[in-house]
Amino acid sequence: MSAATAWTVASIQAALRAKKVSAREIATEFYATIDRRNPDINAYLTLSRERAFAQADRVDVATACGEKLGPLAGVPIAVKDVISTLGVRTTCGSKILETYLPPYDATAVARLEKAGAVILGKTNCDEFAMGSSNENSAYGPVRNPVAMDRVPGGSSGGSAAAVAAGLAVAALGTDTGGSIRQPGACCGVPAMMPTYGRVSRYGLIAFASSLDRIGPFATNVADTAAIMSVMAGHDENDATSSAASAPDYVSEIEQSVTGLRIGVPEEYFGEGIDSQLKEKVLAGIALLEKLGCRRVSLKMPHTEYAIATYYIIATAEASSNLARYDGVRYGLRVPGATLIDMYRKTREHGFGAEVKRRLMLGTYVLSTGYYDAYYLRAQKVRALIAHDFTEAFQKVDAIVTPTTPTPAFKLGEKTSDPLQMYLADIYTVTGSLAGIPGISVPCGMTKEKLPIGMQILGPHFSESRVLQLARAFEKAGGFVI
Amino acid sequence: MTISREDVLRVAELAHLELTPEEIELYRGQLDEILTYISKLQQLDVTNVEPMTQISFDTAEPAASSSPSPREPESDLREDSLRPCHIADAVLEQAPDAAKPFFRVPKVIER
Repeated sequence: MSAATAWTVASIQAALRAKKVSAREIATEFYATIDRRNPDINAYLTLSRERAFAQADRVDVATACGEKLGPLAGVPIAVKDVISTLGVRTTCGSKILETYLPPYDATAVARLEKAGAVILGKTNCDEFAMGSSNENSAYGPVRNPVAMDRVPGGSSGGSAAAVAAGLAVAALGTDTGGSIRQPGACCGVPAMMPTYGRVSRYGLIAFASSLDRIGPFATNVADTAAIMSVMAGHDENDATSSAASAPDYVSEIEQSVTGLRIGVPEEYFGEGIDSQLKEKVLAGIALLEKLGCRRVSLKMPHTEYAIATYYIIATAEASSNLARYDGVRYGLRVPGATLIDMYRKTREHGFGAEVKRRLMLGTYVLSTGYYDAYYLRAQKVRALIAHDFTEAFQKVDAIVTPTTPTPAFKLGEKTSDPLQMYLADIYTVTGSLAGIPGISVPCGMTKEKLPIGMQILGPHFSESRVLQLARAFEKAGGFVI
Repeated sequence: MTISREDVLRVAELAHLELTPEEIELYRGQLDEILTYISKLQQLDVTNVEPMTQISFDTAEPAASSSPSPREPESDLREDSLRPCHIADAVLEQAPDAAKPFFRVPKVIER
């Protein structure tokens, strides 16, 4: 019983310009839906009504005065709660930041608002973006709006659910090992991870800095492109952001995909994949062939090492990044007799089970005597995985795979087995490690009416091509194949 | 792979985590399982493989339609100059215990 909104970026722009509706009315409509459905879905943790209506009013004044509107004017957008919003509570899904009010806006958020977007609120997620089911949030799990007894995926589960349930036109998520694409697949909405460095991470609360990326969820590919166009580009506040100029994705998505070579790596269709899901994604690939793409079989021999590599690198980086939560500068403080005692008590009470597990693992793999065996080796295997992609992109223009091995699982199904949970990211961590862009697009449903996601990966900075393929697939009916 | 209780305690101390007895036992078992899984990387021959430490791709292959120019390595580093920064009060407001302009913590120096 999904109920994504009928509003799109384009239809809102047209309606505002024709004065058929005001930005305030649109925001009011979305808050009414949120008030009705969020208590069940738990997609939002904090609503920013005051800020949203002030922004909507600015858009309405601009419309009344005949000023040129920004490309996202009046578009209601939700923001994952690991992305800083000035004066709007930002918890990272953690008790340790339960009352934290960031003193500045993330660049991605500032750019959306500058383009006229209305930020409705902050969405639930796995604590510090660590998880694949949204069950690691300190504020309770998100329910999948398509099947309420199932997880929405994670870690950006609240953002995916908000878009799928019509609680926002679009949403921002973050992807470190699949945290945009996997929930996008589970909730049946397009979800994009840009190239590493394409979208500024200034104001993104860090999990694993060599992997973290910000990207959009939307109900269609054109909206995805519109949000990407606004966010992409260099930011002097993020030294890892690319200096390369960003294209206007919106104007490029309709280009033909005829003649593009689509790589299909056999490792993504082997043991462990759900048979219905495999069948649909292969049908999706056949549809792309019908659109003039040429299918090329690929071997990517290091795929099976990706999860192990990812969980060494990501946890090692997290153990360093999360050292900052010590009760001194922000967030929770649990008093202790000494400074060290205060650190330890604060962290013990402030962090949830999965975060502690990963901090333990990350600390272990970096500790004396183990660094070479784990961390250094993982960095070398990461190079081999990235090389698999470099080789593949000599032969193909894009790679198409399933986004996940199974559809959304039941709430509670994997919570007692961390390793099984990690394997939910088996098809997404590879692109994360290689730094390349990817999108998950809906690709039909199982017999049980659970959404299936198809992943399209491209070379670094090939967002336009990835979006073109997604757009052609959408136009040809691939989403409901 | 066998993780001992002592290993768990050592790592918890390094990570500044004060674990409960139940957590120590839980994490011992789970870390054991996870480390056994990730030890599959030992199967690979990584001789002569350079570790991937730089994750910047501006000089990688150009995009499909718009070709971004390769990064000039120095060009996007901003000038190292002083600029006004007036967020100290806003930052201190988020502190659990501030005595402007300082963060207050338990005494660390005995005298």
